Parts: sequence; structure tokens; C-alpha cells
Amino acid sequence: MADMTASTPDTTRRKGDTTLGHIVYVLRDNPVTMLAFAMLAFFLGCAFFGPALVPYDPLATNAARALEAPSWDHWFGTDNLGRDVFSRVIVATRLDLTISVAAVALSFVIGSILGSIAGYWGGWLDAVLNRCLDTIMAFPLFVLAMGVVAALGNTVENIIYATAIINIPFYARLVRAEVNIRRHSGFAQAAKLAGNSDLRVLAVHIFPNSLPPMMVQVSLNLGWAILNAAGLSFIGLGVAPPTPEWGIMVAEGANFIVSGEWWLAVFPGLWLMLAVFTFNLLGDGLRDIVDPRKRT
Amino acid sequence: MLSIKDLSVAFKTRKGEVNAVRGISLDVAKGKTLGIVGESGSGKSVTSYALMRILDAGGEIRTGEVVYGGIDLRAASEKDMRDIRGREISMIFQNPRAALNPIRRVGHQVEDVLIRHAQATRQDAKAKAIAALEAVKINDAAARYDAYPFELSGGMCQRIVIAIALACKPQLLIADEPTTGLDITTQKAVMDLVGDLARERGMGMILITHDLGLASQYCDRIVVMKDGLIVEEGDPQKLFTDPQHAYTRKLVDATPRVGASIRNLLPPETRTAEPAHKVHDRPLLEVRDLVKTYPGKSGPVQAVKSISFQIKSGQSLGLVGESGSGKSTTSEMVVRLQDPTSGNILFDGQDIAATPSARFMRHPMRGEIQMVFQDATDSLNPRGTAASAIAEPLARIARMRGSKLNARVAELAELVGLPQPLLSRFPHQLSGGQKARVGIARAIALEPKLLILDEPTAALDVSIQAIVLNLLVDLRAQMGMSYLFVSHDLNVVRLLCDEVLVMKHGEIVDRGPTAAVMDNPSHEYTRSLIEAAPQPPNPVAA
Repeated sequence: MADMTASTPDTTRRKGDTTLGHIVYVLRDNPVTMLAFAMLAFFLGCAFFGPALVPYDPLATNAARALEAPSWDHWFGTDNLGRDVFSRVIVATRLDLTISVAAVALSFVIGSILGSIAGYWGGWLDAVLNRCLDTIMAFPLFVLAMGVVAALGNTVENIIYATAIINIPFYARLVRAEVNIRRHSGFAQAAKLAGNSDLRVLAVHIFPNSLPPMMVQVSLNLGWAILNAAGLSFIGLGVAPPTPEWGIMVAEGANFIVSGEWWLAVFPGLWLMLAVFTFNLLGDGLRDIVDPRKRT
Repeated sequence: MLSIKDLSVAFKTRKGEVNAVRGISLDVAKGKTLGIVGESGSGKSVTSYALMRILDAGGEIRTGEVVYGGIDLRAASEKDMRDIRGREISMIFQNPRAALNPIRRVGHQVEDVLIRHAQATRQDAKAKAIAALEAVKINDAAARYDAYPFELSGGMCQRIVIAIALACKPQLLIADEPTTGLDITTQKAVMDLVGDLARERGMGMILITHDLGLASQYCDRIVVMKDGLIVEEGDPQKLFTDPQHAYTRKLVDATPRVGASIRNLLPPETRTAEPAHKVHDRPLLEVRDLVKTYPGKSGPVQAVKSISFQIKSGQSLGLVGESGSGKSTTSEMVVRLQDPTSGNILFDGQDIAATPSARFMRHPMRGEIQMVFQDATDSLNPRGTAASAIAEPLARIARMRGSKLNARVAELAELVGLPQPLLSRFPHQLSGGQKARVGIARAIALEPKLLILDEPTAALDVSIQAIVLNLLVDLRAQMGMSYLFVSHDLNVVRLLCDEVLVMKHGEIVDRGPTAAVMDNPSHEYTRSLIEAAPQPPNPVAA
């Protein structure tokens, strides 16, 4: 019976079998993923350490140096109140990332639970949940978010809730489909024979298999959530000035573009774009990391 | 007509280059059928893809020449190849459902190829398509013309695929495992049809299969491939009676056939005496008037119609039938994954059907009845290692933890012959045979009294099948388990089972001791099943 094993050389426990080794492998394999992770590290660094490192207080005004163009003193120039745009852009990272990560985490969790239930048990539960999700999706999503924030009040938490609500259907739909195709699979049946309850089969065996496509959704969604939060702030809902936030800064800067002070809107806008870009690039890499089949 | 000289094909992969075909030469004469036999990974399919020039991305013909009727297929332009494919050389694929476009009527799919090769115009395409469907003996072809693939059975879909392949009257037909996944009677019907059509039209054919028995019945000549090389070539009769190469001998041995015992499937040097298993008089499982009815679109569907049977302690019962016979539904009800509509399942005297399947995982009998699933790949969680799969029932039902659990997993791996280092691997890093062993180890982890085997070897190569079947025989003798062996392959059931039930349309049509049923089938259906099974020529006593 030894001939069965002889066909594949024994290479267990090579480098790359550990989770860390696998992550290193995925990063090395794809330079784009590497770039995305480097940019993510940069944004995370800004979020954690930014407020301590920036050269100026983001809220300190200085009327003498208002509306200065970018220079060595003020890399991104100053705004109409003489605040340093560079400091404000960096400090805003924390708030923007918090909003998007919290919103995405919330919709990921709620969407996964709803989608798993609908996909596994099906029947009327599935029908009811799907119609509810359809109702959410029937609204123009940004208008819905505006409505939620306007109704609940102008706070950061409410921006998070609004962004989470409009994203739930996407996660629920994806999980539902992924769970549904696996609910009668052999390994789910085998897990039942091994004494697992339906709930455990679903949570431990079936749901984790839907993670790879979910990761793509998460990373795209993070970028989209940032845009959404900035959009809400841009139209005056959500974060209130003078708190530094990319959306408000673009909104305030937009007034000055016609008079030639382009740096007020361009730099926060550029940062916003880079953040969205980073998250969009991240998707494939994250998927490869959570997919055990990539560990060949 | 077709001549391949020194063909080699390589694939670029992440781990470097893989040589799938390493310099093979073969010829197909007009009107003759050549069989290419080999196990998975032998390069038999790649050879056919290479000559059709439909290799996957990364695959490349390295050396050699492929000449068809004077045309060098390797040098032909893509445009010329498009004319040759379907018109001169046609191909039948393994999975007929996957080969048909699911959202197009089958008649239109036949028309497509006719119009593409200018064999029909828009006006007469329909008539010609129906004629092509009639040629493959589809009853009421005019009505079937409008059917979608999902409305047709597997055998019918394969006929459509054959109709498409033969619509333009090609000179050479390549059939790549044309009957894998089809029922045994359908297999015979499809193979007879293809054979007859080839003879009628003087068409050359390449039959690619893993089944040496099937190849020997339908081919004029057989080449045996292993690891991208041809190891032996010759007349089918002679290959069976006097195999020259050790690998051919191993394949011949491993092919289940009348008159061979289960140990005979193994290479002679690894054969040991077959261990005896004891059958007690006490019934372990008693199924009484079991009925399963599904609600269907057009009225309820009776999958299982009031069947009763018994398995004695230590006995192995074969459950034979074709797809749709209700054998899988029956086994799922017995293993308590499904609830019967009515009837009793007495296990050790206790009615286990009284507990709904949704709550059966907490039943004290859960560990006593286990199952080995048909598709070993599908039955292992892609995210779990082999060890975690085997450990699952031990941890959940026997509540084992820590080092005791690890020791038991190692012990089970040993028992099923799975090398310890493989335990930390993920399913996709294991071969088919290794996955089957993991599935068996998991099922026997709790030392069940009854093991349900749902075609455990259907997806395995014959040589691996031989090993797995022998493993099951050893385990049965060692642990005193009873088996309910569900299969469509009578030759395999004959090797393993004491008694056999034959099911058709949800009813048991024939039953009795295996030898009696096989040698003197009382029911007509049993007889047709036995006749449909390929009968390989008997090798000289090894």
C-alpha cells in the first residue's frame, strides 16, 4: 500500500505551511498586493501615529498665513483660516478609517448572519429576508444614507450606522449564495454525522468557506465606505467642521478652486483617492491569504 | 489516418514545468478504434487535447508531430484548426451536461455546428438537426429538438453530445471517458451506439478511458499510458491474457471481474490471505416498510416505495441500482440524514427513525452508524486538515481532547494506511486515494457497528479502488462491522458483499445471497444489469 504515497513527494511542513509563511508567499508572488499592503501600512501608520507626528495643530488658526500655497513650511499649503492642510489631511486619516472599518465590520457581521440563515435554512425565512434586502436596495443607496443620518442626527456613529445599513444587502446576498451551494455538500453531511448541530455545521464548516470572496467584497467596500462617509460630510451631513475630515475639507476647499487656491481641495481629495485605491488593490491579496487552496 | 510521432506536452505551473506527455507515438487507422487506457494523471486526455490544439493556458506542445490525413496539425493555423474541429475530427467529452450549453435548446446546438461547417443553411438546418438526433437513436427527435439540457437524462445528454460531434460526419472521433458518470445500462447503450455509428460510417475512433474492461470490449487496439509514456500497446485480448509490462499487469489485476476474489485485485506480491468475517444471526438493522415521498412539481414523487430489509450483525449487504432507483435516499435515511415519510428503522432493536434527523446528532446511537461518502473530495472541508477531519467525530461525540485525541487520530491513520506526515495536509494537497482513506478513517473513528458505504470507490482509479476495497475487507474482519454497500457496480458488490438487494424505481426487485443473485438472476432487471457490465477477458491464472 506504500505505492499510494510514493506518487507525491513528502513535502509536508515546508516553509509556507504556516500562516505567516503563507502571507509572505502571497505578498512575494504578486507585486501589486505588496504595493497595496505597503500603502495600507502607511495609512494605518497615519491613523495611529499621525496626530502625534504632524508639524502643526490641525485646528490652530493663523490669520497671518492664510491661503498660502504649498511651501517647505506648509507642504500642502494653508487654508482660509491659516490651518496647515498637511496636518489636517494626516490627522483626518484616523477618523475616515474608523468610520469605514467600523461600518464595514458591522455590515459584514450582520450581513453574514442574515445571509447564512437564509442560505442554509431557505424556505420562508429566505424569502422574507430577501424581500427586506430588496427593499433596502430599491433606494438609491446614498440617498438612503442621507436619510438615515438626517433622521438620526449628525454624529459620527450615525454615519457608521447609515453606511453599514446600505452595505448589508451586498454581504447577505454573497454569503447566502456561498452557503447555499455548500449546504448539501459532502463535508456538511459528514459534519452532521460527526455530531455537529445544524448551527455548528453552518458556523464552523460552511461559513468559513465563503471567506475568500467575502474578502474581495470587504476591501472594495472599505474604499467605498470611505467615499460614502466623505460624501456625506461633503454635503454637510455627518462630521461637522472644524473636525478635520477629507470630505469636509474637499467641500470647503471647493469654494476656493475658482480663485486659484487649488491645494485646499486637491490634497484631501488625493488622499481620499489613494485610500480608496489601496483598498481596491487589497482585495485579491486578502482573498489569497484566507484561501487554504492557495497553499500548494 | 492519424499519426502521432514522439509527441510531448509540457505545462507551466507555479512549481515549474510539468511534462504531461513525454514522447508518445501512435497511429489510428481508418475505421479502427484505438483505446488509450490509463489512470488519472497518465496524460491520456492531454494527448487528445494536444492533437485538437485545445490545451489549457500554459500547456504547450514541445516536440513531435501530429499528422492527420496529410495535414500537420501542429503547424496548422488557428483558422484551419477551427475548420478541422467538428468537421474532420470531433470530440465527445466526459461530462455531457457540462459540454452542452445549459440555456440553449439542444436542437439549436446541433444546428450551430452544422451551419458553422456549411453543412446546412438556415432553411434546412432544423430538418438536418432532427436527422442528426435520429441518427443517435433519440426517440421522438422532433420533440426533443426543443428540449433544454436540464430536461434530459444524463444518457440522453450524452446522445445529444454525440449527435453534435457526428453531425458533420467527421472522419475521426475522440471519445474522452464518454460514459463516466452514466449508469451501467446507459453506458452499454451509449457505447454500442458509438461503436455501431463508427462502423457504419467507417470512422476512426480514439476511446480514452480508465476502464480496461470497457476498452477491451470496444477497441481494436489498446495503448496503455502511465506518467505520459506509452508502456504497452497491443491487441486487447492479448493485453489481458498476457500483459508484458508490470503496470499493465497491475491494471489487469485490479479490474474487477467474474471469478476473481478481492485479493486477486492486488499485485501478486502484496496478496495475503483474505480474512474471514463472522456473520451473527442477530439482526443489527431492520428496515420495515420504509417510504420516502418528495413533494414534486407535478404531484408527489415516491423515491422509496415501502421497502423492508435486514442486516445481520457482521454482515455486508450490497444495495445495487441505477441513478434514480432510490438507493441513495435509502442509505441517507438509514444513516439518519433524511427523515422517512413512514416506516421504521430498527437499530439494535430501537426505532431510530422516531428521532428526527435534525436532532439525531445528540442521539446515543449517532456514533454507531457512520457513512463513507461517494466523493472523497467533496466530503472533506477544504479549510480543514486531514487530522481535523478525522478528529471531528472523536471530539464532538466521544468528547476526546488533547493528547488522547491526537493519539487516536494517529492510530486511525495507521489503521487505514495513511502516512502520519499527511495528517497536517489540506484536502487539495492529497491524492484521491489518500482522501478516500481520510474519509474511511473518519467514519470508523468511533468504531461504528454499521458503516454505510456510498459508492466509496466510484471516483477512484482501479488500482486505488483495489487497495481501498481490500482495506475495507481488512477493517471489517478487524472491527466486526456490518456494511451497507451502495453501488452501481455489480462486479465490486460481488467481491465485498454477502447478500445483495437490487433496487429499481424505489422498489426492491431482487434479493438474496450475492453469488445466487449474480449467477442466477431471477429478475429481468438484474439480468440486464449483469449483461451491461463490461466483461473483460479473463486473464490467465496469475
